[in-house]
Amino acid sequence: MTDTAATAGNIPSGRAAGTGAAPLTTADGQPLKVALRRANRRARRNAMLLVAPLFLFLLFTYTIPIVQMMTRSVMNPEIAGYLPNTTEAIEDWDGEGLPGEAVFAAMVKDLNAGGRSTIGRVAARLNAELPGARSTMMGSMRAAEDLQAPFKEALIADDDDWGEQRIWRLIKRETRTLTPAYYLRALDFEYNQDGEVVARPPSMQVYRAIFWQTAWMSALITFLTILLGYPVAHLLATLPLKSANLLMILVLLPFWTSLLVRTSAWIVLLQQNGVVNELLVFLHIVDDDGRIRMIYNRIGTIVAMTHILLPFMILPLYSVMKTIPPSLTRAARSMGATPLRAHLTVYFPLTIPGLAAGVLLVFILAIGYYITPALVGGESGVFISNLIADRMTGSLSQLRLALALATILLVGVLVFYWLFNRLVGVERLKFG
Amino acid sequence: MALPSHASRLERIWHYTYLVICGLIFFFLVAPIIVIIPLSFNATPYFTFTREMLTLDPAGYSMRWYDALLTSDEWLSSIRNSFFIAISATIIATTLGTLAALGLSRREMPARAAITAFLISPMIVPLIITAAALFAFYARVNLSQTFFSIIMSHVVLGAPFVVITVTAALSGFDNQLIRASQSMGANQVTTFFKVILPLLLPGIIAGGLFAFITSLDEVVVVLFLAGPEQTPMTVRMFSGLREEISPTILALASILVAMSIGLLTTMELLRRRSEAHRTGRG
Repeated sequence: MTDTAATAGNIPSGRAAGTGAAPLTTADGQPLKVALRRANRRARRNAMLLVAPLFLFLLFTYTIPIVQMMTRSVMNPEIAGYLPNTTEAIEDWDGEGLPGEAVFAAMVKDLNAGGRSTIGRVAARLNAELPGARSTMMGSMRAAEDLQAPFKEALIADDDDWGEQRIWRLIKRETRTLTPAYYLRALDFEYNQDGEVVARPPSMQVYRAIFWQTAWMSALITFLTILLGYPVAHLLATLPLKSANLLMILVLLPFWTSLLVRTSAWIVLLQQNGVVNELLVFLHIVDDDGRIRMIYNRIGTIVAMTHILLPFMILPLYSVMKTIPPSLTRAARSMGATPLRAHLTVYFPLTIPGLAAGVLLVFILAIGYYITPALVGGESGVFISNLIADRMTGSLSQLRLALALATILLVGVLVFYWLFNRLVGVERLKFG
Repeated sequence: MALPSHASRLERIWHYTYLVICGLIFFFLVAPIIVIIPLSFNATPYFTFTREMLTLDPAGYSMRWYDALLTSDEWLSSIRNSFFIAISATIIATTLGTLAALGLSRREMPARAAITAFLISPMIVPLIITAAALFAFYARVNLSQTFFSIIMSHVVLGAPFVVITVTAALSGFDNQLIRASQSMGANQVTTFFKVILPLLLPGIIAGGLFAFITSLDEVVVVLFLAGPEQTPMTVRMFSGLREEISPTILALASILVAMSIGLLTTMELLRRRSEAHRTGRG
């Protein structure tokens, strides 16, 4: 800014010096174009220097962790590290028939080289996929020292499971350092014993159902916030400024109040001996034994989250509605439209940018919610975030599963954002 | 919203039903927050109104939960941790965010839209994803369970608010003032501190307050990053609500509600101040 101002200040002198055919120059004799370009470059560099600290900070403490999360969710370096020779040898095997002598020799070498704990870890991992693999591995590890070439016959003679194709297919799959296994698991698929991708048994399926539940409950919560937020925003936008500002406090107070405070308020209200149930018993609407279960289930999650997210719907709606001149509806009425028709054909379409902003905010916030479902959702009202959090503190493979689930959720949010942008246009939205 | 005198009977009925509906929605918004305040003075360890409380008998009320809160070392140290984290994160986030907003508002800034989108992306990404990524990241570099990792994470979450509020404040900024200041002989530093900063201050404070409350309120990321040494009050509240529910939590919640009322008032005053500035200049 300041540099261009300085250049601009020099223009008159440049023009005075540059009469005739000679190019315009500044006071110190430089061509004006060069000076201008240099000043612009300096201004651009200054602007970039101001942005750089935050940009670099986010790059290192935010973007890199997110990218690492995505890469770690497909990584599987352990087995390849424990069985280096086999990993190299088995790469050439096409998966048909049995692998050649070289692979068997490499396996014997790895069994000899790896200590008890290393082979134990490999055995445990393989056993999780193929029951019986542990005893095959551990048994042959003890025998490996005495085995003589040809190793193929020797290993199969030691344990005839080595003559089965599926253990070799499993080893080939597990020695790859990149694996889609965590994503398959996150979408309730798995490898069967022949190495094909199949759906997990219905009793073991968890994640798809919870992804679906997260989506429909977030959609329902978004719908409820529209239902409750639209009339309130309209009232606030049409009241005189003074009373609107006063009523606005009632929207802003929950907005500024801690999420945990609001969630604990709902626990106080909705629990078995809570305020609402006591009131219902007092008014003889329900019996003392007929207290309604309103918390630690889906109802709890939906009620509490609708309350918590409602201000995020009201505020963008309000800021758009405030700019709509009331004369438009009046004009529609004077031309014979019924109140309903005037509202639907004139007023409502004008509020769509605010409505869309509210939907985007509420839905994206809802779909990643963790705290409220964890506290009031019980067993049935959980969101995908709760499963991610549970898996995060477990073993390494559990952590990778959590990272895969989180990546799927992130992609889901980005796709929703992109679709929304295509349909509505994010830059047209007004957030307040 | 006043009803015209020629309104039909049906319109009148609809109008009053509408007002009643809005009243109920306002009740839904505020009542849950207000109800915990009297309950925090409960003399019994339950989350409900006793007969004594309803008849306004003084015996039904007591300060015991506030006492329990303010004499417990665990609670006090967690409150201290929370404020330490929030204040440190706010200072860093406000500084970085304000600088970035100043750069972004310059006409010469290249790729402004893309960079703005990048800088505010932590707001759009669901918290649990950020938490998962940061947890795995800091565990890998052996920095989980440190104040450093928590504060850095909160800067990530708070800085976007500062960028947004300061950019908004700058959009109403009159660049002539800078030229005026420079034409009267002020250098860049003087201009910044004497002209730019005072005018931007409401925006910076608002952004800082957003960053502060974001950090103070944040549960998900600290839940995974904090060790026993760093436990902030939100994590203690969260585990308290999960396990042994005691009205001590309601006492803390009431204090937090009082705090948010104070915050709300500050924000409103800031808004009025900046509005007065803008309209005053015409």
